[in-house]
Amino acid sequence: MTAGTPLPSRPVRHDGRQQQRVIRTARPPVSMRVRPRALVVGGTATVLAVALAAWTMTLGDFPVPLGQLMATTFGAGTGEYDFIVRTLRLPRTLAAAGVGVALGTSGAIFQGLVRNPLVAPDIIGVMTGASVAAVALIVTGGPIGLLPVAAFAGAVGTTSLVYALTWRRGITGNRLVLVGIGVNAIMAALTTFLIVRFPIERIAPAVLWQAGTLYGRSWQHVTWIGIGLLALLPAAGALMPHLRAVQLGDELATALGAHVERSRAGLLVVGAGLAAVAVAVAGPVGFVALMVPHVARMLLGPLTGGVLLVAGIIGAVVVLASDLIAQHAFSPISLPVGVVTAAVGAPYFLFLLYRTNARG
Amino acid sequence: MPVAARTDEKADEQAAGRHAAPRNRSGVLLGMGLLASIGVLVLAALLSLGVGSVSIPWATAVGALVDFDGSNEHLIVRSLRLPRTVIGLGVGASLAVAGVAMQAITRNALASPTILGVNAGASFAIVTAVFLLGVVTPSMYVWFAFAGALIASVAVYAIATAGRGGATAVKLALAGAVMTALLGSWISAILVFNQRTLDEVRFWLAGSLAGRDLAVFVQVAPFMAVGLVAMLAMARQFNTIALGEQVAAGLGQNTALVRAATTVLVVLLAGASVAAAGPVAFIGLAVPHAVRTVIGPDHRWLVPYAAIYGPVLLLCADVLGRIVMRPAEIQVGIITALVGAPVLIHLVRHRRLADI
Repeated sequence: MTAGTPLPSRPVRHDGRQQQRVIRTARPPVSMRVRPRALVVGGTATVLAVALAAWTMTLGDFPVPLGQLMATTFGAGTGEYDFIVRTLRLPRTLAAAGVGVALGTSGAIFQGLVRNPLVAPDIIGVMTGASVAAVALIVTGGPIGLLPVAAFAGAVGTTSLVYALTWRRGITGNRLVLVGIGVNAIMAALTTFLIVRFPIERIAPAVLWQAGTLYGRSWQHVTWIGIGLLALLPAAGALMPHLRAVQLGDELATALGAHVERSRAGLLVVGAGLAAVAVAVAGPVGFVALMVPHVARMLLGPLTGGVLLVAGIIGAVVVLASDLIAQHAFSPISLPVGVVTAAVGAPYFLFLLYRTNARG
Repeated sequence: MPVAARTDEKADEQAAGRHAAPRNRSGVLLGMGLLASIGVLVLAALLSLGVGSVSIPWATAVGALVDFDGSNEHLIVRSLRLPRTVIGLGVGASLAVAGVAMQAITRNALASPTILGVNAGASFAIVTAVFLLGVVTPSMYVWFAFAGALIASVAVYAIATAGRGGATAVKLALAGAVMTALLGSWISAILVFNQRTLDEVRFWLAGSLAGRDLAVFVQVAPFMAVGLVAMLAMARQFNTIALGEQVAAGLGQNTALVRAATTVLVVLLAGASVAAAGPVAFIGLAVPHAVRTVIGPDHRWLVPYAAIYGPVLLLCADVLGRIVMRPAEIQVGIITALVGAPVLIHLVRHRRLADI
């Protein structure tokens, strides 16, 4: 074989969902399995995300024609739409996409880590911890520019607390979940305390933040989420083999040579970090991290690296679609995006129930 | 010979007792304990009547009840603290007994109206009824609370039993947490758009005994009474069902009927409590465990003891809320959550639940 010629790929397995192809090149040395189905789904989802983003940006008080939108985005526009597109709508849309990717991936990691499809960073304390810090900042009249920092610190601090309380010669997924629910209750009580303690004018913006909103997101926010994703997504990818090992169960994973505790800690850090970055940018947008991995698994089967990536992209689709609905479906009223995701959460759960029971 | 045999038997019995299941308390001891507990309850009630931003000596407080003379202090006791204490008694008993029942039929140490989303269901239904549909009388919106609690319970159980393995402790807790988060978001959605509503409802949502008048309690009290009496009657059934599904069925119990009846009663008790005082957290979790540690797992004693120590805990939490930030108050729901959640975490860390 001459250098650079790919070896012939052959299907490794052939049972419908799990069909894979091996791509192996001698130089550069690459060897990986690719599932065509994952590529197809991921590609479709990306196209959908881009389409939703473009559509959202053309709508509003000042409609922007699609051609002008494309031109302005890439710097070749007439300048007429510069402010609307580049200062108002583009950052918001990019932030929405970024938040979606972060939440979808975070949810997938947690559900794989705990081996339970009902877990999500919303309910084990990550987001409520961010809420306490952010609400405290808002109601005490602190500098609003620090809001993302406060939210991020709250999320990270709470996750550390949950981890510390779960630790008893190692952590188990179930214990993590239950301790998380307890810590969640504590954080929620503290937030409630702040909400009843301060006058109504101060808490109204706090309650709005708590609903999860993309209003007024700027390039600063996009930078935040971009940095977060750049740092954490590759880490998630690197930890994928560890996640698969952990999913086999402790004894088997240890027998296979995986460092179970370290893997779990690493996965927790990445998962919580992604959720923390998302909360810092958009507030606690609920249910995306819970729903999206289910959708990804329904389309692609059990959790692998491809599924993780696709979960992220589907997360972006969901948040972009929710933002579209939130901004324009009830014009001129603009809803917080978290309200739309929560509204969708319920019927989704019923559907999930129906499907799981139907499958037996 | 007979004497020697009797002594041997006694020794055998003693030896067996040491190896047998612990905490086989005699009925007499437990009965006396119950009477003593009623004394504790009376003390807690007096504390609740006497303590607050205005300190009122107990004699005066009792005087306000029996020999009202229109003085300021008597007025405070009668119109502010008495309703609070009475509501605390009812809500504490209802939630604690509901917790006992839920833990018995799910065989899950973590079951309680808070964790399994029952309180959230009732809260959401009430917020919807009062602020979207304009239903303002408690005797009307209490029915919404029942409906909300019932739908939430059924939904949580359905979500938890989906998939393999049935309703394990973790899956139930997770399903409840998801339901609570969902309903919380919906409540937020209602509140985001209406600042006046937010101002009124934020105190109620914290779970509070203050600011309610006795009329509210009078309207929900019948439901609480029915629920409590029925739970007492079902205590034997709880003992049986706690042995396990197959064993209970083998002993001739109709487990589906017991479960259904208990669900209805839990909905009654939790719904009435939420209608009276808003969602008060963790009473249904902490009290059953505390009581069970001392008096053992016999539900014929657990239910009455829980019905007494539930109010004791709730009233003490309320009193704490009154004195910690004098003259301002912390709502009782916040205190119970801040106290009860660590109890949950402690249980998870130190108790051997089947799948942790």
